[in-house]
This record gives sequence, C-alpha cells and structure tokens, in this order.
Amino acid sequence: MSPLGGDIAHLLAGSMVLVSFMLLYQDRMSALINVFALHAYVLACSVAWQAYLQGAPHLYITALIALLFKGVIIPGALRRIIVRLDIHRTIEQALSVGPTMLFGIALVGLSIMVMLPVTQSQGAFVREDLAFALSVVLLGFLMMVTRRNAVSQVIGFMSLENGLVLAATGARGMPLVVEITVGFSVLIAFIVIGIFLFRIRERFDTVDLQALDLSRGEST
Amino acid sequence: MIWFEGPGHLSRLAVYGVGLLLALAVLGFYSARRPLGCRLIYAGCTLTCAALAAVALLALLGGGGTHSVQLPIGLPQTRTLLGLDPLSAAFALIINLDAAIVSGFAIGYGSHAPEPRRVLPYYPAFIAAMNLVLLAQDAYAFLVGWELMSVTSWALVVSEHGSAENRRAAHIYLVMATGGAFALLLAFGLLAGPAGQYTFEAIRSATARGFGPIVLVLALIGAGSKAGLVPLHAWLPLAHPAAPSHVSALMSGLMTKVAIYAFIRLVFDLAGPPAWWWSVPVLVIAGITTLLGVLYALMEHDLKRLLAYHTVENIGIIFIGLGLALAFNADGLKVAAALALSAAIFHAFNHSLFKSLLFMGAGAVQGGSGERDMERLGGLIQRMPVTAIAFLTGCLAISALPPFNGFVSEWLTFQAILLSPQLPHWLPRLVIPAVGATLACAAALAAACFVKAFGMTFLGRPRSRAAETAGETDGWSRAAMLLLALLCLLAGILPGFVIDVLSPLTHLLVGARLAPQAAQPWLRIVPIDPARSAYDGALVFGMILVAAGATAFVVRRIAARALRRAAPWDCGFPDASPATQYTATSFAQPIRRVFGSVTFRARERIVMAAPGDSTASELRVELHDTVWEVFYAPVIRFVERSAERLNRLQSLTIRKYLTVVFVALIALLIIVGAWR
Amino acid sequence: MRLGWLTQLTQAVLVLALAPLLSGVTRKIRARLLRRQGPPVLQPFRDLMKLIRKEAVVADNASWLFRAAPYLIFGTTWAAAALVPTFATGLPLSASADIIVIVALLGTARFLLALAGLDVGTSFGGIGSSREVLFASLAEPAMLMAVFTLSSFAGSTELSSISAYMQTAAVGINISLALALVALIIVSVAENGRIPVDNPATHLELTMVHEAMVLEYSGRHLAVIELAAALKLLLYLSLIACVFTPWGTAIAGAGLPHYAIGLAAYVVKLAALGFLLVLFETAIAKMRVFRVPEFLGIALMLGLLGTILLFVSKVPR
Repeated sequence: MSPLGGDIAHLLAGSMVLVSFMLLYQDRMSALINVFALHAYVLACSVAWQAYLQGAPHLYITALIALLFKGVIIPGALRRIIVRLDIHRTIEQALSVGPTMLFGIALVGLSIMVMLPVTQSQGAFVREDLAFALSVVLLGFLMMVTRRNAVSQVIGFMSLENGLVLAATGARGMPLVVEITVGFSVLIAFIVIGIFLFRIRERFDTVDLQALDLSRGEST
Repeated sequence: MIWFEGPGHLSRLAVYGVGLLLALAVLGFYSARRPLGCRLIYAGCTLTCAALAAVALLALLGGGGTHSVQLPIGLPQTRTLLGLDPLSAAFALIINLDAAIVSGFAIGYGSHAPEPRRVLPYYPAFIAAMNLVLLAQDAYAFLVGWELMSVTSWALVVSEHGSAENRRAAHIYLVMATGGAFALLLAFGLLAGPAGQYTFEAIRSATARGFGPIVLVLALIGAGSKAGLVPLHAWLPLAHPAAPSHVSALMSGLMTKVAIYAFIRLVFDLAGPPAWWWSVPVLVIAGITTLLGVLYALMEHDLKRLLAYHTVENIGIIFIGLGLALAFNADGLKVAAALALSAAIFHAFNHSLFKSLLFMGAGAVQGGSGERDMERLGGLIQRMPVTAIAFLTGCLAISALPPFNGFVSEWLTFQAILLSPQLPHWLPRLVIPAVGATLACAAALAAACFVKAFGMTFLGRPRSRAAETAGETDGWSRAAMLLLALLCLLAGILPGFVIDVLSPLTHLLVGARLAPQAAQPWLRIVPIDPARSAYDGALVFGMILVAAGATAFVVRRIAARALRRAAPWDCGFPDASPATQYTATSFAQPIRRVFGSVTFRARERIVMAAPGDSTASELRVELHDTVWEVFYAPVIRFVERSAERLNRLQSLTIRKYLTVVFVALIALLIIVGAWR
Repeated sequence: MRLGWLTQLTQAVLVLALAPLLSGVTRKIRARLLRRQGPPVLQPFRDLMKLIRKEAVVADNASWLFRAAPYLIFGTTWAAAALVPTFATGLPLSASADIIVIVALLGTARFLLALAGLDVGTSFGGIGSSREVLFASLAEPAMLMAVFTLSSFAGSTELSSISAYMQTAAVGINISLALALVALIIVSVAENGRIPVDNPATHLELTMVHEAMVLEYSGRHLAVIELAAALKLLLYLSLIACVFTPWGTAIAGAGLPHYAIGLAAYVVKLAALGFLLVLFETAIAKMRVFRVPEFLGIALMLGLLGTILLFVSKVPR
C-alpha cells in the first residue's frame, strides 16, 4: 500500500465521521436527507478505494450497492415519504445541538480509547480506521437516541449500518455474501420501518414517537 | 541566641518581618480609633511587606538550599522550623509584593472604613499568617499559620456584619475552612507516619510510604477548598466580596495563592514521586473549574462578586498548569514539566497582580459612587478617569490579551499543552486537548466577561443618581492602582525576567529548569526551542504602539481636523433615557442562552401586566446554581434533619445526660477493646 | 539581515495596500455573480479617502476611549497582519510572535471594538457588542484548536515554520488537517462578519453585529475602523493561503526573483480564496443569530476532534 493510498483511505474514513457529525447538526428534514445521501457517497468512495487498494473486485459491488441503495433509492424514498406524510420540516431534538455535539466528541474519544489498545499489532491507519468505523456506529446510535422524529431515527439507523460496512471493508476478507445479506437486511428493515411509519401516521396523525409512548400510557 | 547566627540570615529577616506584622496587629487594636493611626498601621504594613518581598527576591536569586530558623516554641520534639526555600521564596515574593501595594491602597481607602476597629487589627495579622504558612518548614507551623490565616480572614469577612448576606457568607466560609483544614491535617498526619516526623525535611527523606494518592485527594480537598476548585468553591464568591475591598484584594489575589502553594508543597514536594494518572483528576477538575468559574462570573451583575467568581476561573487555569506539570513529571519529561510549572506559577503571580488591581478598582467605584451593582452604574470613565485607566488595564490583562501579563502565562500553558503528545499514556493525551479547548473557551469568555464589567461600569450613560454624582478616589488609592497596572504591563512585556526568577523553584520541584531567558535576543522568551515557539512581548507592544501612533499621525496630517459633538446617532432613534442602554443582564443574555441553558438551567420569563393594569411588564431571569443544588443542598438538608432529631437531647434530666455519657464511654471502651 | 527587515517593511505596507483592494475585488465578484454591475474595484480606496476628509461627528457623551479605540484597533490588527507570512516566510518579526499571539492580538482588537460599541450607551452598540463577544467565545477556541492541530503537525507554533513544513512532502493527506481547514474556514467566515453569520452590506438593525458596534463612528474614525476590518479579512485569507497552499512562498533570504514569484503566487492565491469566499456567500442565506453559535460550535468540535485524533495517533518520541 503506498503511503498516499493509505492517506486517502484514512481521509475517506475520517470524512465518514465528519459527515456523521453533519448529520447530528442538521435541523431541517430535507437537509438531513441530503447529508445522509452524502454519507452514502462517501461510504461508496471509501469502499471503492478499499477495493482498489486491496485488489478485491467484490468490494466494488458493495460500493455500488451503497451508492445505489443508500445514496439514491433510500433518500429518494424518504423524500417521497416526507411529502406524502406531510411531515414537519424541522426536526425535534430531545437534546439540543451543542450538548449532542459534545457527547459525540466524547464518543469518538471513547471509540479511539477502546480500539487502540485492542489492535496494537495492526498498523496505525488500520487501528484508526476501525476507531472511525466504531465512531460512525456510535454517532448513528446517538442520533437515534437524541431525535424524536421517526424519519431521523431511520436515518440514524442507516448511518449506523454504514459504519458497520466501513468496519467490514477495512477489516479485509468479509465475504461478498455477508455484504449482500447485510445490504438486503437493511433494505428490508427500511421497508418495514416505512410501513410502520405509515401505520403510526394513520393512527396518531403524527410521526413523533412521543405519541406512541402516550398511547402506552407513558407520558414523558 | 541560636537565631542570630548561622547561614540562614534571609530566613531570619523574614521571621522578623512576620513578627513586625504581628506587632502591627497588636498596635492596630489601639490606634484604630483615629484616621492617622489607621494610616500609620497601613503604611507600616506597606513598608514591612516591601521589605519581606525584597528578602524573598534575594532568597530566590540566591537559589540555594534551605537554611531554616528554629524557634524555641511549638511541639516539644520538633520546635518550629521557619525558612525560605525557593518554593516558599517565590510565593513570599508574590504575596508580599502585592500586599505592599494593596496596603498602600489601604492608606487612602481603609482610613474611611465605617468601623476600622473591626478591620485594622486583623489586617496585618492576616498578612502575617499568610507569610507564616509560606515560611513554615514543618507541618505544625504550617497548620498553625493556615488556621491563623482562616480565622483572621474570617474576622475580616464579618467586619461588615450589618447585612444578613455577609453573615451567611462568613458562616459558610467558616464551615468550609474547617473542613479544608481538617483535610490538610489528615494529609500531614499520613505523611508524618507513626514516628511523627513533622518536619518537611524528614517527610521528604522518608520515601515510598504509598500514601501518595490519598495525599493527592486530601490536598485537592484541603488546598482546593481554600483556592476555590469546583465544587468546593461555594464559599468563595460569597466571602471574598463581603470583606472591605482592600481585604477582598488580599483574599482573592493572595490567599488563593497560599492555597496553591499548599497544593504544590504537598503534591510536588512531599507526596513522593507521582504516578502517571495523578494528573488526570487534577486536569479534569481544573478544566471544569475554569469553564464554570467564568460562566458564573458572566451571570453576575454585582461587580465584586463577578470578580470573585472570576478568581475561580483563574484558579482553574493555574491548576491546569499544575496538572500538566504532574503529567510530564510523572513520565520523566523534566523540561516540559518545568515549563508547565513555570506557566502555573507565572499565572499565579499575574493573577495576584490583576485581581488585586480589579478589586481595588471595584473598591474605588464603591467608594466613589456607593454602588457595586453594575445595573446601577455606568459612565464612570468621565468622573473617575484614573480609576478607569487602571481598571481597563486590569481587564485587558485578566482577559489574557497581549501585550499584558495574563497573556504570557496562558501562552506558556498552551505551549505546555502542545508538548503533551510526547506523553506515553493514552488517557492524559485524550484529556489534555479537551482541557486545552476548555482553556481557550474560558479565555474568550473571560474577555466577554470583562467587556461587560468595564463597559457596564465605566462606559455608557449613568444608570442611577449615584453613578451620576460619583467622584474620583483619593491619591494613595490611585497611585496604588496605577502602580499595579504598570506592573501588569511590565510583566507582560518583560516576561523573561519573571521566568528566570522562577527557575530555582522548578529546579527544586521537577529537577529541571528552562533555558535562561535573559540570554535570548530582543527580550524574547523561548520556552523550549526557538524553532518551536517564541514570544517577544516588548516587540509586540512596540509594534502596536508604532502602528497606532503612525496611523494617528498620518490620519491627522491628511484628514480634516474638524470634530463635531452631536447627539448620538443610534440609527436615527436616539433615546435620552439611560434605561434604553444594554445592561449587564441583557449583555450576557446571548451567552446565557447558549451556555447557561444547560449549565444553570437559565430560563427567561416575561411577566405581562393584566389588561388594563398600568404596571410595567417584567422579564424575569431564573438561574439555578447547579453545583450548590447537587453538592451542598443535600448535605444541608441532612444536617438540618439530623439536628432536628438530636434536638430532643437538649432537654433531658441530668440523670439521662449521665446515662448518655456513660453509654458513650462504654461504647468507646468496647471499640478500643475490640481493636486490639 | 537588512534585506530581511526591508522585506518585513514591504510586507507591512503590502498588506495595507492589498486589503482595500481585496474587499473591492470581492465586492465586484459578488456583484457579477448576482448579475449586477457592481462598484469599481478601487471603490474602497475612494470610500476611505472620502471618509478621511469628512469631519468626524462624535456623540456628546463619548469618552476618550471612543476616540482612541479606532487607532488602537487598527494598530493591533495591522501588527497581526504584518506577522502572517504572505509572499515570504522567515521574516525577522515572525520569530517574535507565533500564531497564538496573532489570534490573541485579534482578540485585543475585538475587546477594544466591543468596548467602543458600549461607550456611547446606545441600544444598538449594546446589541453589537454582546453578540460579538458571544461569537468570539466560540470562534476563538475553534481557531486555537485548529492552531493546535497545525502546530502539532509541524512541531512549532510559528507560522513560518508551519508553512515551511507544509511545503515538504512529509505531510501527506490527513484527516486532522482537513478538519482543521474546515474549522479555520468557518472561523474566518464568522470573524469577518461574512454572510451566513453577519452581512457586511446590511443596515437592517436586528441582523447586524459589526455594523452595530461601529454605528456611532464617522469620518476618519470610521475610515480607520473599516481599513482594520479589511485588513482582518486579508489576514485570515493569508493565513489559510500560507498554511494550506504554501506553494511558491519564498524562503527567507532567497533573493529577489524568488520574492517576485512568491508575490505573484500570493496574489493569485488571495484572488482564488476571495473568489471561493464570495461563491460560498452567494450560495447561502444568512442565519438566525442563535444558529450562529451552533455553526461555530461545529468549528470548535471539528478543531477539537482533529486535535484529539492527532494527539492520540502520534507516536511518542
């Protein structure tokens, strides 16, 4: 691996973290979806670059899947859902942007702390790439926790899954079958959640998940 | 006659100085009745402190080891050891230099106190007690000095006992001071060991007792409570402003430094070699202290309380330096440790200068206008021009702006932070950048805080009758403030000398010293390596002056000289009422909203008058002191509840009291028996 | 040695001359992008001369601070701008003030400007000052975090050394560097009151920050303050140019031909950065005031992230 090639892989993995932070920062639904698409593009670039570096053609397919499904189809579908359901354009946050960001930084620090000692034997970049992937996963989780709206929770889930793919491609040797399975499971999850959304909407006239808690008798 | 011979003549001189201050305290009881007597006592303090500062400087320049003086009083086997090693001397220099100037201020300011008899005897005794702590070379003398310092400062806090607020402050202070002293007592007890080796010399030589971490925690509690580390700061912003302003200057500027000294003495000197993780709790607490201190200060609109809260922030900055020094020292990076330690002590010196200056300015404002609430001040730059210039200098210095001294010490701290990637352990390397961000954020917020403090007090239009009719303060006070302002500038443009003077101290504590700065060209300071970083305060100051001067000259040459005074423009809607100005509360509103909504749960409520009601509607700001609610309120509730329970014991018959005593005796005997 | 000082002096004069030109050029590009004709490129010079020749109107209750502040603000800003390497590195003065000093010098200027805004005691001055210090309370730490990243790369806080280090091949592409660049860009946009944060062309009362502080100024005082603002923009662009596009910058004492190349490269870089800035400005709408802290908070977080990544990944020597 040439140093420049490693540098670029590293940069792309780091950009995933950066875009994850951008996801946390958004307060408009449409912008959130655009940034999520960007997340998928960066993932596709990163995976494709890994395919080139490792000389593993099957990774190109993973990249293509990421690009097609997460970069084009899912954002498009989400946009349609928003229009169809007439979802409010601003995102309600359970925790405001500043503390969320601080928490996010702490999560990145945590994932570095967890990853670095575990993977001492690997090269510096591999360790950091794994730390980045874990950060993306944790940040996706954080997004699901701190957002009230179901659509942004879906996006949080998808970005979490992007982190998993990033980890898998960095680790080398994950079979294509697993990749595709993961891709399809995500797609199915997406469809389920989509249907779910419509149902919530029919029932409660909102997609704010607090409405669900209310119906269970647990008001927050 | 043992203390007229031997090599420790400087230590002996210092002891005489302390004796002289105590004598002045006794004299103070008698001479406080008339103004001339007050002036003479304060003048005596000025001269004695100046002499003590000179002695400390000589001791520091001399470098050398400690030549202690033995006093024939104290514990039977140890006597009392007093002396000036480089650490003591550095802090004695800081304390006495500043105390001399503050006493000079008090010659003018303190003579028109309402009840001088409640201030005067304790004032010299307070300075003497601080010196005693610094001079002490054994634990016994140290603790006696420490307690004397607490008691005298408590007496000064209650000197204006008229208001219930001050009495509450004094009460909380007393409780916290007792707790702090208790922690220090325990720390020294652990260090002294079963043999009772109370001299520092003996403690130092008895190595590897394994109490290090406990001593660190106790030092953080004991010294930290006196210095004002969060969450032990609660008494500080109440007690410091309650005293008369010159005493506030001493408490905020100097007593906190004595606490820093105690921490350094315990952790760096006596506790033995540090482990790598010691720095982490210190750095985390220091970072939180720094940020919370400045945010508290920003929420405040009482000038003296603002300054007191800001002391908490500066203590945080000093402790960041100390934490870095601990981290570097533990991993053998000696020069980096010397840099961090120099930065911390330099900042302690700077803080003593500008915090005293600002408290004196606040005192002058209070004396001139009778107000210290910024919401009722304004426009004092016209009526108190000299105080305004001095206060502005202090504001610039404390906001860490070049070319003043506060910047230099923060710059050194930043340089130390930038060396931290060399540390071998992950945790400090992760914590230190976060602390650096906190420090940078606090520096910018401090600037915001002092734009507010100066702008609301001295600029704009007077917001009350009191501010309109304010008058300039007396000559002694002005001279003292200007002298401190000058020192702030000098320490900022000639920092190399300060660093050089401090180098014996770093050599003593971490075994390394920075390269001599006087040898650098152009009055430059170079902490590590000229290719790495350098700062030339004098040159920067010169550049600003030349650039501003040249511009003023050129503009005046080519410009129209015409200058017309007119009503303010204000976008075409000038309003004559001073109530339309921004106030301290409204100035801080954006910051309150951004930083305070989580930290203080700040909420704003608009209370509208009912329709038809002609009273004005109000904007109410609610702030919660989170630290108080989390740490103190439960303790207070517990104490009150148990006191209520125990109240029944107050009205028992004698027989029952005897029963209680008897049961207690039996219980103790059983414990003693079981222990064996 | 003498040549060094001459270069230093040239640079100080050069930044002063280029600053109004830069704001003229950006205004022109902006107007063209909006399909307007726009004022001539030299218009800022004319404005400055016009202001200088006019009489200064000062409010009745303004203090000496109000009249002294413009010169002090300008002095500190100019001193800071003269310290950033433009066409050549290793100038004599750059060894006496590193990038932290430059940031702090701008802080001094801002402190004085905020005080000047409060001096007359009008409500607009108060609005401007209080918002300015809020923005600064996030922008300054963000800037310092970017500085931390850069200087732990280069092992130095001096701009000349950083710039020289960036010219070497050892740098490579690094995520921390990218994060620092983004943070630095956000800070530059905010500190210069450019569009998503503040609108330099507006006089809409409730949106302005910088303009609100200088509302009471007129005549020569206003001219000096405007020039200082232009210098500040130039400073930030030079900073980005010298750190992230160090190509072509002459090394100290390299001789006149190298200096000429450096100068040409510098002007090109400045023009390109100015163009990008304007392009960004025309593509984006101004934010609400309370979105700005979040925007700057991002810069702070990115800077911190970059620093942490770098501090942790660096192998101890």
